This record gives sequence, C-alpha cells and structure tokens, in this order.
Amino acid sequence: MNEPVLEIRNLNVDYGLGDQAVHAVRDVNLTLHRGEVLGLAGESGSGKSTLAYGLTRLLAPPGVITGGEVIYHPEKADPYDVLALSDNNLRKFRWAETAIVFQGAMNSLNPVHKISTQLNDVLQAHEPKMSAHSRNARCREMLKLVGISADRMDAYPHQLSGGMRQRVMIGMALILQPQVVIMDEPTTALDVVMQRQILGQLIELRERLGFSVIFITHDLSLLVEFSNRIAIMYGGRIVEEAPAAALYRDSLHPYSAGLLGSFPALRGPRRELSGIPGSPPDLKGMPSGCSFHPRCPKAFDPCSEHIPVLGRPDTTDGSTRTVACHLHPAQVPAGVSSPGER
Amino acid sequence: MTIPTSSIDQVIPGEGAMAQPEAATPTKAKRQRFRFLANAKATTGLVIMGIYLLFAVIGPWVAPYDPNARSNDLVAPPSGAHWLGTTHLGQDVLSQLLVGTRGVMVVGLAAGIAATIVSVVVGVSAGYLGGGWDDTLSALSNVFLVIPALPLIIIVASTFENAGSSIVAVTIGLTAWAWGARVLRAQTLSLRKRDYVEAARASGESTWRVIFFEILPNLSAIIASGFVGTVIFAVSTEITLAFIGIGGISNWNWGEILFWAQSQQALSQGAWWWFVPAGLAIAFLGTALSLINFGIDEFVSPRLRSAGKTKIKTASGHTVRMRVGFTPVLANTAAPRTHAVPLPINLNGATPVLRSSGKEGAQ
Repeated sequence: MNEPVLEIRNLNVDYGLGDQAVHAVRDVNLTLHRGEVLGLAGESGSGKSTLAYGLTRLLAPPGVITGGEVIYHPEKADPYDVLALSDNNLRKFRWAETAIVFQGAMNSLNPVHKISTQLNDVLQAHEPKMSAHSRNARCREMLKLVGISADRMDAYPHQLSGGMRQRVMIGMALILQPQVVIMDEPTTALDVVMQRQILGQLIELRERLGFSVIFITHDLSLLVEFSNRIAIMYGGRIVEEAPAAALYRDSLHPYSAGLLGSFPALRGPRRELSGIPGSPPDLKGMPSGCSFHPRCPKAFDPCSEHIPVLGRPDTTDGSTRTVACHLHPAQVPAGVSSPGER
Repeated sequence: MTIPTSSIDQVIPGEGAMAQPEAATPTKAKRQRFRFLANAKATTGLVIMGIYLLFAVIGPWVAPYDPNARSNDLVAPPSGAHWLGTTHLGQDVLSQLLVGTRGVMVVGLAAGIAATIVSVVVGVSAGYLGGGWDDTLSALSNVFLVIPALPLIIIVASTFENAGSSIVAVTIGLTAWAWGARVLRAQTLSLRKRDYVEAARASGESTWRVIFFEILPNLSAIIASGFVGTVIFAVSTEITLAFIGIGGISNWNWGEILFWAQSQQALSQGAWWWFVPAGLAIAFLGTALSLINFGIDEFVSPRLRSAGKTKIKTASGHTVRMRVGFTPVLANTAAPRTHAVPLPINLNGATPVLRSSGKEGAQ
C-alpha cells in the first residue's frame, strides 16, 4: 500500500494560450499508491476531470499542460515521466499501463459492432502476437469478471442495458490489466442500485487484480464508503487530502466540511443539512489568496491575501493527511518532501 | 435543508472580487468581433477578393487601352507600352484582363446570390414544412440535381441572341441551387427535431419566427459555404462558356481572352503572356474563395475557433499541432508555478479571528 504507482507533481493545466488562458488545474500534487482507491471530489468546474485528462494527456484543444510531472512507476521497471513520453510511447503506455473510463462511457460503444468485436479489437491492437483463440478466451474471462455471462459476447450494444454496457466498458478498460484505472464519474448515468452493484464489483476486481483507481465524482457520500483516500478539489487546486474515514470524521478544510454537510448521514444524530453559499469561482478571475475565501464561513485576515500551502496540519493524525487552509498552517509543505515516504 | 439567507447576502458582494476587472471587457469584445479576421486563411482570402472587387469597379477606368483597340504591335511580348503584351490583333492583354474582371465578378456574385436564395427557400421549406411540400420540393431539387448543368446553360445561353452577362448569371443561378437545397433540407430536418425548436413551436410561435430565429441562424455556416461554392462554380462556368465561344462577344472576360488565345494557337506561338495572366487570375480567384470558405468553416466550428492558434511549441522543442489525445506539454518541470506562501510563524500561535462570527449563530 505504501509504494506509489503514480505521482503527480505540480501539474498545471491551462485552457487556451497567452493571457486569455484559463488556469483550470494549478500546482496539483497527488500520489496514488499501489492497490489504492483514490477519490477525487469537488463541485462542477473544480478541475477534477481536467486533472484526470491532463495527467493522461487526453485533453482536447485548446487544453495544454503548462508544467509539472506525472511519474509512473511500472511494476518491474524504472519510473518515468508520462508527460515526457513520445507520441509512440504514449500510445503504448495508454490502456496497457493506464486505462480510463469516461463520463457516460456506455455511449462510447459502437452500435454497429458486437461486444466481442470491440473487445477483441483492443487486444488485436495492443497484443498483435496473441492468437485468436486466446484473445477470445480473454474476452470471455473479462466479461465474466465484470458479471456478464459469456453468451452475451455476440450481443450488440443496444441489446444490453445501461448498466451492462457500463460494465462492458469497465471490462474493456481492464482487459490489458493496467496498473492504474481512472474513472471519471462512471456511474453518473445509472440508478443507485446499479451504481452500488458496479462499485462493489470494482472493489472486488481491484482486490483480485491489484490495480489502483482514481475515482472522480461529485458524490462524496459514495467516496466515503468505498475509497481509501479522498482528495477534495476547489478552483483547480487540491484543498484537502486525507484517508476517507478521517475526512468523514473531521474534515479540516471548511470547503470539505461544507461538502460533507450537504448530504445526510444514515446513522448518528439528526443534524441540519447545509449547503455551501455562493457559487463556484470563475477560473478566469480567481479571487486573491485562498480561492475559497469569499464563500468561506471561517475566513479571516490572511485568507484574502495569501494562497495557503497544501501541507500536513498540526493535528494528531497530521502525518497521514494534507490540507491547504490558513486555519491549519502547514508543518511541511507537501511539495518539498516526497509524499511517497509515508 | 435551509441555506441561511444572511450568509448568501454576505457572499454575493464578495463576488465582486471574483468578477473580472471592468476595464478588460471592451478590448475583449473588440477582439472577438474581429476574430474572423484573425484567421490567416480568411484574411488572405478576403484581401485577394478585395483586390478583385476593386478592379471590378475601377478596371475599365484604369485600363491603359480600349480592350478592342487594335495596334500595330501584333503578338508583342510584355514591354513598357504593353505590360502584358498584345494579341494577334495588337490588342492590349492587360486592358482586356482589367476590363474583364467586372464581368466575371458580377456574374459570379449575382449567380451565387440567386442560387443561394433559391436553395435556402427550397431547402428550408422542404425540411421544415414537411409532408407534401417536402415531396414536391425534394422532387424538384432532385430533378435539377440530375440535369447536367453545363449543357443546359450552353443551350439556354445560345438560344439568346448575344446573351449578356445577366442572362448567364440568371441561368447559372437557376441551375446551381439544387445541391445546396438538399444539404439545407437535411440539416433543417435535423434541426426541427431539436428541443429548442420543438419548444418554440409548442409555445405557439409562428412558423416564420421559428424559421428565421431558431433555424436560419443555425444554418448560416452551411449557407455561407454554399454561397462561396456556388460563386466558384458560377465563375468557372462563365469562363467555360466564354472559352467555348458562347456568351457575349462584346463583353470581355477572362474566358474570352483564353478563347482567342486558344483559337490563335498562342501556345505554339510561344505567346505565354496571352493566356498565363488570365489563367493565374482565375486560379487566384478560386484560391481566394476557397480560403474564405476554409475561414468560414473554422470560424463557425467552436472547437476550431476557440483554439485560435493551433500550433504550439512544446517542452521537447518541437512545434506540434494541437490535436485530440496528445495534449501538448509546454513545460515539463516539477517546480510550482503559482506560489502558495506559508504564513509567517508569528501567526501560527495567534488565535484566528473569525471575520463573520455572527453567521454560525444565524444557522
């Protein structure tokens, strides 16, 4: 659990160039450990998806990466920087090492091809030496893993339900056994029963195959339940990152507290639900200092002037979490020491 | 489930800090208005087109000679007296070229406008009204689509004694609309099923309003590129007509020059100045119109438009084109760019003074 598999160091992503550029992701530091589910939460426009697409270099124009490193640690080789890969190596890296399940991925299936053809296609492209027989066997196995019986191999996408299609997409992402799977709101279009089923399966698969997951959602309650660590994003920055239970029990950043206060707990005493007043910041004209300060109920003098550092707070469990808030001044800035040491 | 209103009131004035500085707004609006011109292709096309239009207006006045006037310099190469040489009758080629510009431009633009109007009327009506209208108008455009345009124009133009450029323009305009009508009909069919069009109809807006305010603005790109395409077709058709000897002999145009050059075997005489300038003029006009067309395409496609600049220098020193799936990396360093500042140590010990302490009481 301690070994890092993906380290994001000071990643900066802009939309557009020059002074018209919008800084969508700013100085993000994040480490994904082997076998871990890392939740990425935040409201719309906080940069969650941009971060995920930025680190895989999948951003469509006019998105550009203006700085940072994404260090990938393969299982048996030296780590390398994904952002420095050549186009050819990047193509090889994708899917085989890092797979991504997109928002509304179930609509990514081509309606005129059978499921089996589309699964086979991936193997044909990435492992050309594989025999047709073993390819087929792998596809069957993969479908079985995601809970679809192998006789649906020859079905067309329209013959499957939304949940089944989504599971096919998850299976497709896992077919080359990548080390990292990025899931961008993979269950948003599904009902809660299906959500639960798919997430349960994902956790089970993770235990069996040992990959790591970056799970992007704005449903914080979902993350609290099944992720190991949660990172909260606001205005293109990570404002808090902590083990899921610790974040749920006591969140240090007022924004995390606001997010947690906006959905009801199943157990425990009844409390009043509260929203976060105001609206998300305009990324073109960010407020000075901490970008949350105009909406923050606990803002005080330094908030409007200084951008808080993401660092370890001075609480008892401070060594396992980081927060960027002047209420909890950083002991060690996260960027200085490698987060992988923990 | 209550959001305390007091806190919202307190937050909303704070949004003034989030808003962009007011002074930046006018320059931004200006930049957006001229964004079409920021496109290099469109600018080049428009500049060439502007030169042609200028000569279409002033051509007959600036022409050094009467294009029909004969002289004793027969098939003379370019010289100070005749910049582009002379023909077999000693006529000045430059003057013929300049005088001919107007005919070409008038026919091209008139035919383009006529064909575009017909194609919009037929295509949008067929697509939006549906039913019997659609059947009739689609049948009509299908008929015009299979009529071979050039032979028809030759027949029509040759039936008129001394057909002027207006007849040529009308004939081209009335035969070249069918393709545009078909494309517009298909797009209208798709547009009328969109939610905002259905909503407009459901709320009782008149057919005209729906067509003019909901449908036509969405078709502007197709109409514009259809117009440019028709102008190219009309110009080439007119030049073809003149080249094969149909069309008014009294009206000079570039096809006329090429007709005489061909019939007097300019090529075997080595008189390149006779046909090369006219050929280049046609080629440049076609290029200009195509560039404008590309410019329109990029302008109306939001994805292409928002990028503006599409080539970019990456960290590895290469200049690459922005494309999906390979986001350019401008700088590949782990150094933070926007510096977050650790607070001075004396603040660590101080108790934070809550600026809005009354708020929690309000909840």
